Amino acid sequence: MAMATSSRLFWASRAAAYLRISTFPRAFSTVLKDLKYADTHEWVKVEGDSATVGITDHAQDHLGDVVFVELPEVGSSVSQGNNFGAVESVKATSDVNSPVSGEVVEVNEKLSEEPGLVNASPYDKGWIIKVKLSDSGELNSLMDDEKYSKFCEEEDNH
Amino acid sequence: MAAAGLTRASSAGRPLMRLVTMSGAPILQQLHLEERLLRTTGDNWCIINDGTAPPTIVMGVSGRVSELVEIQPVLRDQVPVVRRFSGGGTVIVDQGTVFVTFICNKAAVAGLQPFPRDIMTWSDYAFSQLKFGGNAQSITKNRWVHHTSFLWDYDVKNMDYLKIPKRAPEYRLARKHTDFLCRMKEYMPSRSVFTDGVITALREQFLVEPTDIETVLSDDDAFVPSTKLLSEQDLEEIASSKESLHRV
Repeated sequence: MAMATSSRLFWASRAAAYLRISTFPRAFSTVLKDLKYADTHEWVKVEGDSATVGITDHAQDHLGDVVFVELPEVGSSVSQGNNFGAVESVKATSDVNSPVSGEVVEVNEKLSEEPGLVNASPYDKGWIIKVKLSDSGELNSLMDDEKYSKFCEEEDNH
Repeated sequence: MAAAGLTRASSAGRPLMRLVTMSGAPILQQLHLEERLLRTTGDNWCIINDGTAPPTIVMGVSGRVSELVEIQPVLRDQVPVVRRFSGGGTVIVDQGTVFVTFICNKAAVAGLQPFPRDIMTWSDYAFSQLKFGGNAQSITKNRWVHHTSFLWDYDVKNMDYLKIPKRAPEYRLARKHTDFLCRMKEYMPSRSVFTDGVITALREQFLVEPTDIETVLSDDDAFVPSTKLLSEQDLEEIASSKESLHRV
């Protein structure tokens, strides 16, 4: 359902841009229940001591079309709150920060050829890195889906 | 936003902006400086570099060299090619280019949201469809860089080193450089009128403090900027084979 909604809104906003009429901003972005969220709009999915990281639907919506993803090297380390890569969209290159600390064990090579996966499927095919966690206690400082939804609302209404 | 409130109270409503003015500084040096100021300091900065030497091709973070640059003439004439840390298109810069860069804390510029879209809607610099400046942004957790290269003047011959990009903004409409660019010198009396104008406008929003860059930067060798100069070897490898996914 979320994907169909995204698709309709995507085409609606494209049509509106062509006709030069303004669209309403998205009332809500998709937030998944079983993930944890950072206040810099990255999500993390934890399975044991392994974590998958990406950027949220809210983030990809605000960034616009992603044209390039700068990925870290496998084997490099990431630390909570610090940047490990970047996402280029139109004219802005934005840091992606890691919600967790650990070692990068895998990066999503598909993003080299298809950076748009970050827009089309931010929580699934658009994942960015996989990390072997060094400190699962860090997860306590992240937001759950409800807190994150509220956080996005407050930020957008600022 | 509490931080913005505090700075307002302390400086008569205007946050501090340090101003660095240079002339003819090589663009690689300017970009390294920008990355360093962005990532290792917490101040707001405005950098004005009036002209640069030598003429240099500057690509965005994700550009594919083979699609954007005429490699053979570049190798033949030994034109430096730099890949900068921000996104956006490819330009060739020289003595006719005036650079204006802002490096700011997100809270410093009132009314702008942290996300890039607001910064991106700052108008493209154009006089009726003819562009005289191009800009790009790079955004970190709490700060951003917005840098612009203004075409005070340009050498048409230099544009021949650049290909017409496949991926371009709509306004480009596949036009050749000479059809979509204009020279600021045809619209303004002098370069200093422009740069003084920028500083005057800045003073309306910020407390501008001219800063000597030498006094601020420590010999911080720990920081490594990502902007890089492509080597002749890099370019030759690209020229001789199809550019792989692993960009240089």
